[in-house]
Amino acid sequence: MSAAISEPGAEAAETSVSVKKPSGGGLGRYVLVRFLLIIPTIFILTTLVFFLMRITGDPITASMGGRLTQDQLAERIHAAGYDRPLLVQYFEYMGDLLKGDFGTAVSDGQPVSHILLTYGTATVELVFYALIVAFVLGIPLGMLAAYHRDKAPDAALRVLAILGYATPVFFAGMILKLLFGVFLPILPVSGRGTTQTEYILSGVVDPTGFYLIDALRIGNFSVVGDVLAHAVLPAIALGVLTAGVFLRLVRTNLIGTLEQQYIDSGRSRGISEYRLVTKHAYRPALIPIVTVMGMQIALMLAGAVLTETTFGWQGLGFKLAEYLTARDFVAVQGIVVFLAVIVAITNFIVDVLAAFIDPRVRY
Amino acid sequence: MSTPQNPQTNDSPAEAAPGSGVPALAFDDTAKKSWISRLPIVSHLRQSVGLQRGMLITGLVLCGIVIICAVFAPLIAPYGFNQLGTSEGNFGSKLPPGGTHIWGTTVGGYDVFSRVVWGAQTAVAVIVVAVVMSIFAGVILGLISGYLGGWLDRILVVIADAVYAFPTLLLALVMSIAISGGQSSAWGGIAAAAFSITVVFIPQYFRVVRAETLRLKAEPFVESAIVLGASKTRIISKHIFRNATRTLPLIFTLNSSEAILTLAGLGFLGFGIEPTSASEWGYDLNKALPDVTSGVWWTSVFPGLAIVLTVLGITLVGESMNDLNDPRLRVRRKAKTKNVKPAEVKA
Repeated sequence: MSAAISEPGAEAAETSVSVKKPSGGGLGRYVLVRFLLIIPTIFILTTLVFFLMRITGDPITASMGGRLTQDQLAERIHAAGYDRPLLVQYFEYMGDLLKGDFGTAVSDGQPVSHILLTYGTATVELVFYALIVAFVLGIPLGMLAAYHRDKAPDAALRVLAILGYATPVFFAGMILKLLFGVFLPILPVSGRGTTQTEYILSGVVDPTGFYLIDALRIGNFSVVGDVLAHAVLPAIALGVLTAGVFLRLVRTNLIGTLEQQYIDSGRSRGISEYRLVTKHAYRPALIPIVTVMGMQIALMLAGAVLTETTFGWQGLGFKLAEYLTARDFVAVQGIVVFLAVIVAITNFIVDVLAAFIDPRVRY
Repeated sequence: MSTPQNPQTNDSPAEAAPGSGVPALAFDDTAKKSWISRLPIVSHLRQSVGLQRGMLITGLVLCGIVIICAVFAPLIAPYGFNQLGTSEGNFGSKLPPGGTHIWGTTVGGYDVFSRVVWGAQTAVAVIVVAVVMSIFAGVILGLISGYLGGWLDRILVVIADAVYAFPTLLLALVMSIAISGGQSSAWGGIAAAAFSITVVFIPQYFRVVRAETLRLKAEPFVESAIVLGASKTRIISKHIFRNATRTLPLIFTLNSSEAILTLAGLGFLGFGIEPTSASEWGYDLNKALPDVTSGVWWTSVFPGLAIVLTVLGITLVGESMNDLNDPRLRVRRKAKTKNVKPAEVKA
């Protein structure tokens, strides 16, 4: 990141000589530098994960240690190539990764890349719903808190935001399950759809794996309803955490912009208070949200692991927990590396987006 | 302004800075005698008014309760964390709250109240170990990297940024696999959890301290020290260290709450500490997951609330400190630089 900042900084010095340089060049260069930076990031993360996972030994012993005899173990290890020098394995692993090959799971023999594709979309779907919850709750409430700064609504909302942060997603999920699944049984508490829905959706030709899209494509509205009903509780459990972060960000930034002179001038021209907050002050206050989105998505992916386990949502996190229990470290490594790559790429996209919206980021 | 006086004023806060947050939170009630631990929180308390004060006091009370539970767990908890029964027989499984078990018993037949109380001990132990270790490593790396610069700095920054962008929980998972192979013994489990969390937090301290060091490097008092021929070690350890570590108590509180959440997350994914070796809230929640759908609420609600209230307490303290620090920081910094400069010239 520091290189990303220092590079455009150097460029800013150049442009100060010829002031009227089109800003598009700055953005292009920023995007390029920022893009080149994700390569070392991904490289370091995969290297780190590889060696950390291997410190304690080979994956076969970890997974099958108690169940096979010494000879059988040695045979399996030899067949999989885990008896070769670690560096050789490392280079082979990195080479395979470049080809999109994440290895083969020890416990069920599935190619890890296949697991990633099958279950990845479920995780994306969950994070998507959770982001909607976070935006719908966080931004308006943040505006409300900022407008009533230091008064009762502000205090209540701030405490709520801290509570949202202080509650582990799995505990929030369990409470939601208790409230809306047991004491007031109105919502399904487990899975992505009923057995019937799963069956109907498994018949979709060329499925996206994104249940809502698949259900909309076949135009079966009871299935759409079922898919959405199943998503409500997990999305709330995961979304509330980020909603708290958004609330606080919007509040802080909106308080800053509400003190600006252009707001006073707007007020003197008779623009309604509602319009001042939602139109005039709101936009500049949104920029910081975009910049923290990258971190939030990283947080949400980790949160998704826990949420999926809580709600039996068959996504990557659910599988990760399963493979952890089975001590299948090849699959674990694959999923972790994959998630890390996703986070690095989203961070890149978010940074570019922020630079696009706010030119100050570039310099 | 004599020279013997000067190292003294330099020394004590220097030692206090990383530690000051620690006793302030971890031994809030027990170590109140020492002025080092008193200073940050008591001064904040005196400064605060109205809502702010309410938040700070609520936070302190919650932290106090957790610490009391942690320290006096053997006295408070009616049963051991791995006790399944008394001489009269086993407790029984899934007993509802009431009678001899005020918060009921779990599926495994443990007393919920006892396990929640003992869980505080695990939580506090993990936080203290993890945060203290990451402060040490992060501060030292940040100082060296920021002051010396060069290729070492670049490499460390790239690594720290990569690790920083990694989801905390996933990194902690990988670390705990690396440390214990996913298995956990009594203190081994706590150590593994603490180590995992340490690695996750080092980049955060590293970034803050490095940025401060870079800023301080250009300050006149550092330059004058260089002119006077002070060694790099001396400049880093005396002149920069105490100035760069001012914001640490705040990050400490933020990280402690994150450490609890990470620990609970690890426990929830089955990487916690076995019930026979220690009690851990996240692990208990994992075991309580199937109970929820059958309406057994007490096995999940109590350990869950323990997590929420602990994190809430720490966060409230951190938030209030943050708010109170803001305007004051500037005043303090000016006074400090004035003090240091003439003293250094004389030395």
